[in-house]
Amino acid sequence: MTQSVVVQVGQCGNQIGCCFWDLALREHAAVNQKGIYDEAISSFFRNVDTRVTGDGGTISKGKICSLKARAVLIDMEEGVVNEILQGPLRDVFDSKQLITDISGSGNNWAVGHKVFGSLYQEQTLEKLRKSAEHCDCLQCFFIIHSMGGGTGSGLGTFLLKVLEDEFPEVYRFVTSIYPSSEDDVITSPYNSILAMKELNEHADCVLPIDNQSLFDIISKIDFVVNSGKLDTTVKPKSLVTSSAGALKKQQKKPFDAMNNIVANLLLNLTSSARFEGSLNMDLNEISMNLVPFPQLHYLVSSLTPLYTLADVNIPPRRLDQMFSDAFSKDHQLIRADPKHSLYLACALMVRGNVQISDLRRNIERLKPSLQFVSWNQEGWKTSLCSVPPVGHSHSLLALANNTCVKPTFMELRERFMRLYKKKAHLHHYLQVEGMEESCFTEAVSSLSALIQEYNQLDATKSMPVPDIPRLSVAV
Amino acid sequence: MSIVTVQLGQCGNQIGFEVFDTLFSDSHSSQGLCSKRENEAYQASCKERFFSEEENGVPIARAVLVDMEPKVINQTLSKAAQSGRWKYGQHAYFCQKQGSGNNWAYGYSVHGPRHEESIMNIIQKEVEKCDSLSGFFIIMSMAGGTGSGIGAFVTQNLQDQYAHSLKMNQIIWPYGTGEVIVQNYNSILTLSHLYRSSDALLVHENDAVHKICAKLMNIKQISFSDINQVLAHQLGSVFQPVYSAEGLFHYRRNPLEGFKDPALYTSWLQPVDAFNVWKTQRAFSKYEKSASLVSNSQFLVKPLNMIVGKAWNMFASKAYLHQYTKFGIEEEDFLDSFTLLEQVVASYYNL
Repeated sequence: MTQSVVVQVGQCGNQIGCCFWDLALREHAAVNQKGIYDEAISSFFRNVDTRVTGDGGTISKGKICSLKARAVLIDMEEGVVNEILQGPLRDVFDSKQLITDISGSGNNWAVGHKVFGSLYQEQTLEKLRKSAEHCDCLQCFFIIHSMGGGTGSGLGTFLLKVLEDEFPEVYRFVTSIYPSSEDDVITSPYNSILAMKELNEHADCVLPIDNQSLFDIISKIDFVVNSGKLDTTVKPKSLVTSSAGALKKQQKKPFDAMNNIVANLLLNLTSSARFEGSLNMDLNEISMNLVPFPQLHYLVSSLTPLYTLADVNIPPRRLDQMFSDAFSKDHQLIRADPKHSLYLACALMVRGNVQISDLRRNIERLKPSLQFVSWNQEGWKTSLCSVPPVGHSHSLLALANNTCVKPTFMELRERFMRLYKKKAHLHHYLQVEGMEESCFTEAVSSLSALIQEYNQLDATKSMPVPDIPRLSVAV
Repeated sequence: MSIVTVQLGQCGNQIGFEVFDTLFSDSHSSQGLCSKRENEAYQASCKERFFSEEENGVPIARAVLVDMEPKVINQTLSKAAQSGRWKYGQHAYFCQKQGSGNNWAYGYSVHGPRHEESIMNIIQKEVEKCDSLSGFFIIMSMAGGTGSGIGAFVTQNLQDQYAHSLKMNQIIWPYGTGEVIVQNYNSILTLSHLYRSSDALLVHENDAVHKICAKLMNIKQISFSDINQVLAHQLGSVFQPVYSAEGLFHYRRNPLEGFKDPALYTSWLQPVDAFNVWKTQRAFSKYEKSASLVSNSQFLVKPLNMIVGKAWNMFASKAYLHQYTKFGIEEEDFLDSFTLLEQVVASYYNL
């Protein structure tokens, strides 16, 4: 089995990361009753004998002594990381696996990328190499960051290039929080577009997420939980936003609930690689099946269920509802309209007591309402993992490579151009050494080229499936 | 004579387990519906084929388990051991940490050569345990990366190393509607390579077996376990000894057609009946010849044609090709495969 390392960059990245580790611990605690350090846990955690100082404390088998997250925490301000280290998760993190500074990046991609990038390159490499050494077989780096700020956006994407050069065989999966249009950081369009170029070129797979969608999901849950419409009660642990349970007692801010949704996404994504099932799906299969062309690696994700009713026996009708929900806009983590756009590929990752016939029945049912590109009419990748997530009897994560991301990118470009035409705030960037106007123009070109690729695919949407002549051979 | 089974990938290993379980149950079933002596002869024969004896009496399957990631092999080994009735050999498996990622090129060009020696050694050990080797039974799927890619690679190696033994490949044809998006690419690459090195291809389509479960057996919530058990049942019946020569290898689409009602689990084909059913269909030759002998073979053209068509369609748009060229399978290799398979399809249509 393989291991993955999480690289959490910036305030957003670290806050989401924190929720992720909390949820990961809870999930493994629920599955691993005997406290034996097994391969599933080793995918994200090391087992360490804390009595041993220095580096020799790693234990590879036997009882769990002390679990350490396979993570590198990076932030150019100390606030968030310090809070994590003083909070209930402090023992989960290896204090040597942090990189912090005090001044912050000032919401400036150039500062994050150029200044802090070069300043901390050596140190970061050292920490990354360390975490790789602790892995038997490192398969994937999960980078978590936001696009709109300075550190997550700038330094986070700088690290992508570093990872590509240093660990070319290890996958780079990036979870990126895109700024919504009401974002309060004025320069977020600049930061996002500059970051997009790096994502285009150096990421294997990107899961774009926007805050507005997460917020809508929480609102929906609140409505259901508080409206008292249902006869049966909602199981509190089953809320996809819930962090109640082992470590955190209350949710202090709305971001906690939103971050938990992303944490659930990452756990479900890796569940079939960590746990057994009748149809396994490893992380390398995600890239293989969902990325038909190297540049088109942006995947729209949707999660169901958002909560579970206390009723334990789920008849097939409810199960089918789960599949329908996965294709409803309410469950998506980014605002987009896949049903009216073109699917290039779609993956369904199911957890819990669901069998192949349930999966097939629902694919047949939903297929007619979805448009797939002509050369991938049956573009479905499926997986069945036996272990359900905490608080649920089953769940479904749908990942779609769909041209519906195009409007999001176009809107981002729009916002960028509005600022750029007036050269607003540009001097903050240009005064950073290594930044020139060409960085901006190249970034926009890169995005435009991507949008163009989506356009070309969209153009094929209403056309009939081309009849490509087969090879004719002499018999 | 003995048969050494090689189970590859998740599918191969999951099915392999069910096959051995079925074979074991059948040979030990008390009702053979034949004379006691008959039954004993039957039991002795089939035990020797598929199992070897251990000191404490627990039979060991003559099998080699191969997978590029550990979860399924671990599960399979422990399921067998837990049953207490039979088990797999302690060292009869080869495992790695990171799977093939549904990538035929990765299985064939990277994993295959890298682990060639280790895998062939384990197979060799298993062969040495046989008094006389009848041949190899290779269980693999076409849609994924390990079963398909490494399966093709290993079959080629077996062709080189054990040219005089028969090789029969049990291939699982994926569901038409996606299990794996690149399944058509993986399938055509697998088939074109197997044509050159395998003696017989026994094909089972997931769609067909699924229908059996749904319509003939009325299972409501069909799981892969159900599907694999039906498959194992069919395979078991093919393999259980019949009077004459060992190693009846065949190219057929749906062996169920030759069978009695699958719901009758207790009695297998009585040797006499089996003999009747199989008599005309025994073929001991290379693929091309056996195809023309078996009148059923036309059935497979349609699915084959469909897979080639879909793969060609995808190939024309160059989708996913970068994933294969990354590991050394170039466009020419694809074209070679297409050419070979188009020839097969055309030959069938001309029959």
